[in-house]
Amino acid sequence: MNNQNKWFWIFLSPVILALGIVVVVPFVYGFVFSFTDWNGLTATSFVGFEHYLNLFQEEEFMSSIWFTVKFSIVTVILLNVFGLCLALIVTRKIKSNNLLRTVFFMPNLIGGLILGFIWQFIFISVFGDVGNLLGLEGMGGWLSTPETGFWGLVILTSWQMAGYIMIIYIAYLENIPKDLIEAARIDGASALQRFKSITFPLVAPAFTVSMFLTLSMAFKIYDQNLSLTNGGPFNSTQMVAMEIVRTAFSDNEMAYAQAKAVIFFLIVAVIALTQVYYNKKREVDM
Amino acid sequence: MKMNKERKNLFSVEVLGLVLGLIWIAPFYLMIVNAFKTKREIFTGVIGFPESLALENFVQAFRDLEFLKSLFNSLLITGVSVAIIILFSAMAGYALARNKSKLSGIIFFVFVAAMLIPFQSVMIPLVSLFGQADLLNAAGLIFMYLGFGCSLSIFLYHGAMTGIPKSLDEAAIIDGANRFQLFWYIIFPLLKPISVTVGILNVIWIWNDYLLPSLVLGEANATIPLKMFFFFGEYTKQWHLALAGLTLAIIPVIIFYFFAQKQIIKGVSEGAVK
Repeated sequence: MNNQNKWFWIFLSPVILALGIVVVVPFVYGFVFSFTDWNGLTATSFVGFEHYLNLFQEEEFMSSIWFTVKFSIVTVILLNVFGLCLALIVTRKIKSNNLLRTVFFMPNLIGGLILGFIWQFIFISVFGDVGNLLGLEGMGGWLSTPETGFWGLVILTSWQMAGYIMIIYIAYLENIPKDLIEAARIDGASALQRFKSITFPLVAPAFTVSMFLTLSMAFKIYDQNLSLTNGGPFNSTQMVAMEIVRTAFSDNEMAYAQAKAVIFFLIVAVIALTQVYYNKKREVDM
Repeated sequence: MKMNKERKNLFSVEVLGLVLGLIWIAPFYLMIVNAFKTKREIFTGVIGFPESLALENFVQAFRDLEFLKSLFNSLLITGVSVAIIILFSAMAGYALARNKSKLSGIIFFVFVAAMLIPFQSVMIPLVSLFGQADLLNAAGLIFMYLGFGCSLSIFLYHGAMTGIPKSLDEAAIIDGANRFQLFWYIIFPLLKPISVTVGILNVIWIWNDYLLPSLVLGEANATIPLKMFFFFGEYTKQWHLALAGLTLAIIPVIIFYFFAQKQIIKGVSEGAVK
């Protein structure tokens, strides 16, 4: 090994070691163990595809997947609508634009666990109080039905992450040449026309970026789920990530949980690879 | 006439923005005002200001959260993890960017591809392996953060290296510097802007992480989010205490945001767009 090679490996060894031990080895191990009767420590026999066949029959797992899919679709749409609207507001020449950026972004810095607890208070006590004032029954029961629990999670996540998506849209909006919009204005284009024909097409690439970003964020949510609804009532608001954690650490079915984790990986990987594909395609088109 | 319309337009945008801003901040307002109320006061009304300041809520939350201890644990774990992620990822990004061999390209690809793997897909074997090695403690947790955090960080450093000319390396080597001196005294300081970005992204993630510490650390060494989880479970429906605890837990983040706001927003936007 020459000198050139030696320092290359020395510089890389800490991260190769860490990635190998923390991600690669457990990933391969987990994949292999998902075909056995592994109990977390030892495996005695191969069971083939048994876990995989079972998990598609399991109502709780399948309903957690559907819940996550529904949640992700609704959240992605709302996050992008809110994110773009907030970005359009704070990129105008208004006095409070810096203050507003600070405010909208703030929830992103605080962990989902803590935010979920705060919103638990809001959905139970504040909504209950406001409901009483307005004479509406059952406003305080937001987290005790599956439908309102679903919307509770959507509201929490949209509120938390819209400021993050706003930042992405701001980056694209501020790259639009000012004179382009000014020229269109002088030519008599209305605000709506300017948005439709200039702003929107130039911001379109941001949609791809933030759509996939939000999709994979929404799909992997755990903390908010745990602290806001804890999966309840009766596991009806339980998302995939939480379902896997519970199967492993509450039910102690390690190999079975790992099979679910492999399916989870496949779904997330397909989302991410689709994004890479679209990004490449767009670059070629441009 | 036209100018007037434009100004009116801008005014309504401003009003809309401020209304949304108030909605956005309302949860924090509700948390803080109710943290100062007694249990009875919360029961009679949650919207208004407290009649008197029930500071004893904070005293009890501070004690039961073992706040200073949890804060210390959070600071230690986040600080050490982020420091080694920055150092080792910068070294790796530098080595990978300078070495143009096929093998180097493959290694870089493996790091980037590892970003596809969600935490839950490796969590179970990871905890089992570290448990068997007796490493379910703060040191093990820090090493795990290096493993999970290095991919994105290396990716960002690798990108930033394109802006640093190779002639710098050659000049330093001719002057008799070895690779470590070259990296430490010349390359690493030039990478400072991206180090700030890498640092901020990892601080936000590690500081707030709940699931991994909950699997690795016991209650005795809990970080703030982990302790908060236990605390909240103990005081279900005792909102005056729970909210005081949540307020305490948020204070460090608000201080961080106050001092580093510009860099945070810049860092997050760089990390997301790439």
